[in-house]
Amino acid sequence: MAMSLMGIVFGVGFFIVTQAQTSGFEQFFIKTILGTNGAIRIQDRFQPTLFTMQSEGSGGQGSVAIETESNRKYIEGVEDPVRVSEAVRKFANVSGVSIVVQGLVTLVTNVKTEDARAYGINLDDHLAVSDLGAQIIRGSLSDFRETPNGSLVGSVLALHQNLRVGDSYMLQSGGQARRYRVSAIYETGVSDIDRVRIYLHLSEARSLLQKPIGASFLQVNVFDRERAPEDAERIQSVIGHSTAPWQRREKTWLAVFSALRFSSAITVSTIILISGLGMFNTLAMLVIEKTKDIAILRSMGYTRNDIARIFLWQGVLVLIGGIVLGWLFGALATYGVSKVPIRIRGIFTTDSFVVAWSWEHYVVAALTASVVVLAASWIPARRAARLEPGDVVRGTAQ
Amino acid sequence: MSTSTATVIRCENLHRHLGRDEGRVHVLRGVSFEAERGKVCAIVGPSGCGKSTLLYQLGLLDQPDDGRIWIDGELMSNTSDELRTAARSRHIGFVFQFHFLMLEFTALENVMMPMRKLGRLTPEAMETRGRQLLESVGLGAKSHRLGTQLSGGEQQRVAVARALANEPSLILADEPTGNLDAANSALVFDLLASLARENNQAVVLVTHNPEIAQRCDRVRAMKDGVFV
Repeated sequence: MAMSLMGIVFGVGFFIVTQAQTSGFEQFFIKTILGTNGAIRIQDRFQPTLFTMQSEGSGGQGSVAIETESNRKYIEGVEDPVRVSEAVRKFANVSGVSIVVQGLVTLVTNVKTEDARAYGINLDDHLAVSDLGAQIIRGSLSDFRETPNGSLVGSVLALHQNLRVGDSYMLQSGGQARRYRVSAIYETGVSDIDRVRIYLHLSEARSLLQKPIGASFLQVNVFDRERAPEDAERIQSVIGHSTAPWQRREKTWLAVFSALRFSSAITVSTIILISGLGMFNTLAMLVIEKTKDIAILRSMGYTRNDIARIFLWQGVLVLIGGIVLGWLFGALATYGVSKVPIRIRGIFTTDSFVVAWSWEHYVVAALTASVVVLAASWIPARRAARLEPGDVVRGTAQ
Repeated sequence: MSTSTATVIRCENLHRHLGRDEGRVHVLRGVSFEAERGKVCAIVGPSGCGKSTLLYQLGLLDQPDDGRIWIDGELMSNTSDELRTAARSRHIGFVFQFHFLMLEFTALENVMMPMRKLGRLTPEAMETRGRQLLESVGLGAKSHRLGTQLSGGEQQRVAVARALANEPSLILADEPTGNLDAANSALVFDLLASLARENNQAVVLVTHNPEIAQRCDRVRAMKDGVFV
C-alpha cells in the first residue's frame, strides 16, 4: 500500500509539474504574441459589387428584390483608418487601436545592406496595443518620441548591422533614401520580428513608403483576450474589413502547445494508472487475507455495503494522502523547475523554465487519481462484499 | 406457526445440498429443531453429518434449499440478505472454533464491534458494556491487549464476550472448545453456559467433546443429515 501511495504522490506531482510547464510556455507564448502583434488585426477587405434585379407585382403589391454578387473587388489595407479606428473603439471589449503603415525597405549601414520592414506607428497608440514599452532593452522611448527621425530597431537586426543606440543608418524605399537614428533597441523574443522590424513615426513611414493615406492594418487590443474571435467576427461584419484574432493567426503554434500538454498529461497519467494497478493487487490480496474477518463481520450483522465501504475507505485514505502529498510535491517541483536556467529564443525569449500556477492543474490531477484509485478499490471491495459468510466459515472450519 | 414464548429458534424440514455436479451431497435431509431460552443444547455426531451446516442455517449465514426457519416467531429463511443480516445483528451471537478475533484490534474493540453495528448504545455505554463483558469472562485486565497478545483460551473468551455483546436471544457455537486444552475447554463452556442461563439466552453448540455434551441441558445426535 505504501508503494501505491508513493505512486499516487509522484503521479499527481508529475502531472502538476508537466502541466505547469506546458501551460506556462503556452501562456508565455500567448503573452508574447499579444504583446507584439496584438489581439486582433484588421486589414484588407473585399468590396462587393452588387446588381439588383427587381420584380414588381400588379399595383405595386408583393414586390421582390434580389441582390446578386457577380464580382468582388479586393482592397488592400484600410482606406480610412481614422474612421475605422473610431468605429472599432466603440466595441466594449476593445481597449486600444493602433494604425500601422508597413512596407519593405532596404537598410543600409556601414556593415551591410539588407531587407527590413518599416512599421509606421503612433507611439502612444501602439503602446496601448502592445508590450513595446517593456520590450526596450537599450535606449529609451522618450528619445524616440522626441526625435522625428528616431527609430526602434529589433535586437537581432541591430546585432547583424552592429547598430547601437544613437547610431544612424539609411532606409531606402521607392527610389528615395532617408536617414534615421537608433533611439532604442527592442527585443520581443520572436526572432522573425526582431531581425526585420523597424518602428518609425507614422508620418515618417508614410513619407518613406509613399503611402500618404490609409493604413496597412490596424492593431487592436482587447480587455478579454478569450473573446477576441467573437469580437473579430463582429468587427468584420460591421466594418467590412477582414479581421484576424490571435487564436486564428497563431493556430499552428497553439495546436502544438495543446498537443504537448495533452500528450504529457497522458504520459504522466500512466504513473497514476500503474499505481492504481498496484493498489488493485494489494487490495485484492487483502480481501483474500481477510476473508475470515469479512465472514466474522458479516456474522455480527455487518452488511455487504459495510464490507465494501471498509475496502473503499482504504483506497480513499490512500487517495487523500496521495493527493495532498502529490499537490505538495507538485507545487515544490513546479517552483524548483521555474528556477532551472534555460535559454530559449525564437518564438519567445526566456532564460528559465516558464511555469503557470493554476488551480485547474491540481484539480485535474486529483480527479485523474480519484478515478483510477476508486476504480482500483471498487473491484476488490465488491468482491469482498460478495463473499458468503457461510462458505468462508465452513471452509475455514474444515 | 405455533411456538411457545420460550422458543427462540425453530426450523422445520431443512434440506441443504453442498457441492456441484458429481460432488453434490445432500447434507441436511429434512431436519427439524428448536431451542429454548435459558437452555444449552448440544448437537453431536460424526464429522460430515451436517452439524455445522445446520448451525450456519440456524445462524442465517447460509440459505436452506428447502424448509423454514423462525427466529423469535419471525420467518427468516429465504428472506433478503439485508433482513437476515439485520436479524443476525439483533438476535444472534456466534462463537467459532477458531476464535475469529480481529487481531489488529484490542480485546475491547473486538467486543464493541457488534454493538457499533447495532448502534443501540452510545460510544461511552458501549465501552462500559464491553469492559463489563470482558470482566465477566475474566479478561478485564487485558481489555487493551491486541488479539495477537492473547492466548488461544483468552481469545476464545473474548469471542464469547463478543457473542454476548448485543444481548442476543440465541448464541450459536461451532465447536467452541475444539481448539482448546481440557482446562480452557471447561472454562469457556462454563462461561458460555452460565452467562447464557443468567441472561435467559438459548445456546446451541456443536461439539465433538462428550464431556461438554454431557453438561448440556439437551443433546441431539445427528447422523447422515438427520437427527437420530
